[in-house]
Amino acid sequence: MSAFLMPSLGADMEAATLVEQLVEPGAAVKHGDIIAAVETQKGVIEIEAFEDGILEKWLVELGTKVPVGTALANIKSKQRYQALELSTDQDDPAPGTPEAPQPQDPAPPPNQPEDPAPQDPSPQPPSREIPTPELPDPEIQWPTDLAGSPTTDQKPRPRITPAARRLAAQAGIDIDTIGAKDPEAQISRADIAAIATETHSKGKPEPSTEMRTAIAAAMSRSKREIPHYYLSHQADLTNADAFVKKTNKNRPPENRLLLGALYVKAVALAVQKVPEMNGYYQNDRFQPSQDINVGLAISLRGGGLVAPAILNACAIELDDLMSAVADLVSRVRAGRFRSSELTDATITLTSLGDRAVDQLYGVIYPPQVAIVGIGTPSLRPWVHEGQIVPRLIADLTLAADHRVSDGRRGAFFLKKIADSLFNPESL
Amino acid sequence: MTEQDLSKALTEELHRIAPDVSPDDIDPTEDLRDECDIDSMDFLKLVTALGKRFNLEMPEADYPKMRSFESLVHYLRAKIA
Repeated sequence: MSAFLMPSLGADMEAATLVEQLVEPGAAVKHGDIIAAVETQKGVIEIEAFEDGILEKWLVELGTKVPVGTALANIKSKQRYQALELSTDQDDPAPGTPEAPQPQDPAPPPNQPEDPAPQDPSPQPPSREIPTPELPDPEIQWPTDLAGSPTTDQKPRPRITPAARRLAAQAGIDIDTIGAKDPEAQISRADIAAIATETHSKGKPEPSTEMRTAIAAAMSRSKREIPHYYLSHQADLTNADAFVKKTNKNRPPENRLLLGALYVKAVALAVQKVPEMNGYYQNDRFQPSQDINVGLAISLRGGGLVAPAILNACAIELDDLMSAVADLVSRVRAGRFRSSELTDATITLTSLGDRAVDQLYGVIYPPQVAIVGIGTPSLRPWVHEGQIVPRLIADLTLAADHRVSDGRRGAFFLKKIADSLFNPESL
Repeated sequence: MTEQDLSKALTEELHRIAPDVSPDDIDPTEDLRDECDIDSMDFLKLVTALGKRFNLEMPEADYPKMRSFESLVHYLRAKIA
């Protein structure tokens, strides 16, 4: 059995509130299943199970704010159970033997030789920024006598739209106090807005203050710890733009591409060639990631931004990538995304869109080691096939960690992205 | 469908995307994306929603005709008629 812990969803998170238990005790869970939702500075985030097993019991009540690393639930792990049987002649781990919850996952990656063998066939899990879990308080041992009994009394969960929940979190409003009035009614964003306006006049903090605090913490840490170096390169996007227009010509709006999808793919493919841009700098060393999860900096209405990831971006076809990006942006702006999306980014892409300025130099999101910026494309005089002609040009920038890579590799990386965008059929 | 109906429909769809923008604050002759602070992804969602609502193709080549609130309403009216 293992404890399912409150994960750290970023370098800046210390605690969060459990707001939804989405699995009943006794139900089977699989790796990747969404089993809970927690409210953080960044909004409501869905938390996924790390392993297969049976959820035995919830250890934290709804609405409780607990520190990162706290055991939220006991999960009886099939693998672990079998491993115990095989590995030991000691006391038979017969069912019913109380056992202290063993936080086991995610373990910090073991120290590896200086030169990690690239041919290592075992995929390294992307390391999450989770402090080594401490053993939960012995008081919360899994009590066998409670195994079959109903869980502690729970208040009916208030029904609330995601947008309303997000607004409530931003405004620091306790949803339970609203839901109590009429448990049947769904709480809307307008309800929360009305309450927020009311309490705002009483001197509550501005909405999005917490988001600002979270960004401040992460970016301060980045500038304090990471020796950034910066490069830029002008990329000819004329072909990419023509490719998108041609593709979209006979498509209904919902199937249309945006240049942004091409950017994601181009970055992911370039990372394959320059793996030192992809991974985490932790414990005084670089840990490259096998997975290529491109974090997208997505701005939120009303200020702030988050950078959840498109997982395994280089394996996704362009059309599916576009759907994934559209889906992610929608969910982020509605205030609902998954824990793995928030923690698993291995490199970040930030694009200014089509109406801003020429260049942006990003600040690396720790513990990542690189961030690619794409400025607003504009028509500029350009030498193309020996003639000066107007071409659609965008400035690509790279901020990378000098502890991990040097300018020469960074330049190669940026050129790879520009080359892919010049040959959009290759994406 | 009258211009008023179309304005109402467009206001509704805009509210889904930019719930913090009051319809009264939108200058109908100014650039709609600037007025509502919406990016290309949001605009694509708006076009998708309007296309479904009125069963229109809304081709990308017509985007320049959808620049402002007013021009978008005129565009819809011409296409639906």
